[in-house]
Amino acid sequence: MTTSVAQPSSAPFTLSIFLKRFGLLLVYALLALGLTLLSDRFLTGSNQINIVRQATISGIVAIGMTLVILTAGIDLSVGSILALSAVVAADLVKQGVPALLGFLIAIAIGAVMGMINGVMITRGKIPPFIATLGMLTVGRGLTLMYTQGKPFTGLPESFRFIGISSIGPVPMPIVVAGLLFIVMTLLLSRTRFGEYVYLIGDNPVAARLAGINVNRMIVYVYMISGMCAALAGIILVARLDSAQPVIGVGYEFNAIAAVVVGGTSFSGGEGTLLGTLFGTLLIETLGNGLNLLNVSPLWEQVVKGTVIALALLFYNAINRSTK
Amino acid sequence: MRFKMTDQTYRLELKNIVKSFPGVMAVRDVTLAAYFGEILALVGENGAGKSTLMNILSGALIADSGMILLDGNEVRITSPRRAQELGIAMIHQELALIPQMSVAQNIFLGREPLQVSGILVDTKKMQADAQVIINQLGLDFAVSAIISDLSIAQRQMVEIAKAISIKSRVIILDEPTSALSERESVKLFEMMHTLREQKVTLIYISHRMEEIFSFSDRIAVMRDGQLVGVEPTGNLSINSVVQMMVGRELKEFFPKTETEIGEIVLEAYGLRSGSRLKNASLFLRRGEIVGLAGLVGSGRTEIARVLFGADPLEAGEIIVAGQKVKIQSPEEAIRLGIGLVTEDRKAQGLFLRQSVRSNASITLFTKFSRFGFLQVKKIDRWIRSAINQLNIRTPNLEQHVGNLSGGNQQKVVIARWLALNPQILILDEPTRGIDVSAKAEIHNLMGELASKGMAILMISSELPEILGISDRILVMREGRLMAEFSRLDATQDKIMQAATGQLENAGINLNE
Ligand SMILES: Nc1ncnc2c1ncn2[C@@H]1O[C@H](COP(=O)(O)OP(=O)(O)OP(=O)(O)O)[C@@H](O)[C@H]1O
Ligand SMILES: [Mg+2]
Repeated sequence: MTTSVAQPSSAPFTLSIFLKRFGLLLVYALLALGLTLLSDRFLTGSNQINIVRQATISGIVAIGMTLVILTAGIDLSVGSILALSAVVAADLVKQGVPALLGFLIAIAIGAVMGMINGVMITRGKIPPFIATLGMLTVGRGLTLMYTQGKPFTGLPESFRFIGISSIGPVPMPIVVAGLLFIVMTLLLSRTRFGEYVYLIGDNPVAARLAGINVNRMIVYVYMISGMCAALAGIILVARLDSAQPVIGVGYEFNAIAAVVVGGTSFSGGEGTLLGTLFGTLLIETLGNGLNLLNVSPLWEQVVKGTVIALALLFYNAINRSTK
Repeated sequence: MRFKMTDQTYRLELKNIVKSFPGVMAVRDVTLAAYFGEILALVGENGAGKSTLMNILSGALIADSGMILLDGNEVRITSPRRAQELGIAMIHQELALIPQMSVAQNIFLGREPLQVSGILVDTKKMQADAQVIINQLGLDFAVSAIISDLSIAQRQMVEIAKAISIKSRVIILDEPTSALSERESVKLFEMMHTLREQKVTLIYISHRMEEIFSFSDRIAVMRDGQLVGVEPTGNLSINSVVQMMVGRELKEFFPKTETEIGEIVLEAYGLRSGSRLKNASLFLRRGEIVGLAGLVGSGRTEIARVLFGADPLEAGEIIVAGQKVKIQSPEEAIRLGIGLVTEDRKAQGLFLRQSVRSNASITLFTKFSRFGFLQVKKIDRWIRSAINQLNIRTPNLEQHVGNLSGGNQQKVVIARWLALNPQILILDEPTRGIDVSAKAEIHNLMGELASKGMAILMISSELPEILGISDRILVMREGRLMAEFSRLDATQDKIMQAATGQLENAGINLNE
């Protein structure tokens, strides 16, 4: 030990530190326990697979959203990006374009829409909330125009395989989401780009003065969010065999909820994808549970909103007490 | 009350105070008392626990154990609000005023006098009351002035006015002078003396030994969370205090190393930017430390910012290593080999919620990554050596930089630029808030870097620092370079005169 390193004391591993680290897991366990007691269908294998499958879609969107919120931004346009890229891909593949190319086009559309978000925010100096709200409207409008209000159905097997096939016992969407999760976790924790995301979220002024091209990084982040939304869209459409013009409406809400419940701070610079993973599972389990208990979908919104508010209060309280 | 209020009564007693943070024992069993009407200086190395102790006294932190007595009675200070009610006010280094509001509004924030209706603020009374305090302190700005128009020094005075308005009996100042020029500091001390006469107890933290010795009544020294001594100032010398702080005989204060001065690496002509920088031309040479003096607001920081591409240049040209360049972003400046240690470390330098590792190595990410992946081992090896070299106190590399003491935070920012080893390094108030021994360390380091051929431009409000290590000294006033002195010609007086306009265009011709 060098003299310059302060001597560690027997500092208490306090309750608040414990809660900060494992609180989410605890809540999840309690919820699962409660639902198991209340409904005998909850713990069945098929229901659990159901939850996870649903979670892959919102989880993929939430991964991109995590990056955005880490930079202290927000992306309200994910639902619309998901819709536009998915319907275009579905249409093209139906007309004979190879499925893989269709997927790539969808992701490119997501990237471009994300890029426009990023440029509006950085060059146009429009607050993320407003910029992506605009994109939400425009994207949905374009989707409606493109589909003329009608769904595309009857997609070829080559398209649907990403939604319904499985590798061994593991459904394809879970494989894709799992891979994406691993890649993005590595990106955030091991790479220069990942470090920059946290640093920019913490203090963009200092980041610029340390030589980071802040604007470019922010554009990349919104592009990633757009691409994640597009990927989620492809999987969703492949699974449902139907690209509805209103697909993905309100998805931004679940994604933001998952990220925030997962402990990522709205003020940026703090949070992990692992948190988002648990956040997603929690939100989906909650939705599933309310469904099983036959709670009206109207109440579902109320309950989810309340959960988010509680999560925010909880993290605030913890942060204050670890100061 | 039972006790007699004489000068020898303790106004305040701290008994056996202990406070630990995860991984750090910040204050270990400190017992300290302060009299009515005295100025008690609290000194110690960076991370010694000074701010922590004072934060406990002002209710911002709660001690793990210990007792606080005020006028002989035990008090429980559970929040800043409670401290205020007890008459204890703390002026933090980061001032807490609301910039868009007026002086009077800030002084009475949350306690505005109301009209008879009980709803509307009685602005007239508020202004009049504020005026009384302003007069009492002999301040020269209007109570209706907006905070953002005031200098840092004036804002500090507003904080003090606020402390007085709540009838504080104990006022704590955490490094109040580190952002002030000497002249402004003197004014602050005059005010502190006035308050002392009114039997207010003042405790102030500072790293500036000269001022501590000219203005304080007693000095309390902390080291590693413990109180190592309290003595009347007259019984101590700078050397003895420093020795108490460091716990060993301090190595020689480093004499200025004579280095060979090389060719010009940077020339700038007619720089203009914003309202603060009007016209400045200067050059920097390899191996040379150039000191940039001037009053706060004279445009020194703005020079640093345009040279670093942080602000757009409205007129003028910059030549780096013989090439005319346009520096449009810090990223480009860094590519040209220019580094900048910014003046305001909280707002412009640090990522408070990120680790010491990330904060110290941000400039290294490009160098130490392969295919975008960080080479953490290499980075860590480098950081550990920087931590040793700068004697940064942190329990580990994962510690959030916001949890380090002020001086250690500053060292982390400096470490970041050492890593990059730029050919031109600009430092804006680099030793603000840094303890004496670390300051000597940093000066030594600057000398070493210069001797290896780096060109250094150092902005400082501390004249002894400027005079001590500069080879050449530039003085600014109102956005213009007013004077240039060689190391041998410069004196405090000449610099002050040039900075305040009593001496026009002194020294060598600026555009040689
Ligand atoms: N919130 C915190 N969490 C963890 N450690 C902390 C926290 N606040 C302070 N510390 C640690 O406690 C020790 C004392 O810090 P303190 O700020 O009191 O030092 P200081 O004497 O004021 O130093 P400086 O002269 O640099 O301002 C340091 O090692 C610091 O890292
Ligand atoms: Mg301090």
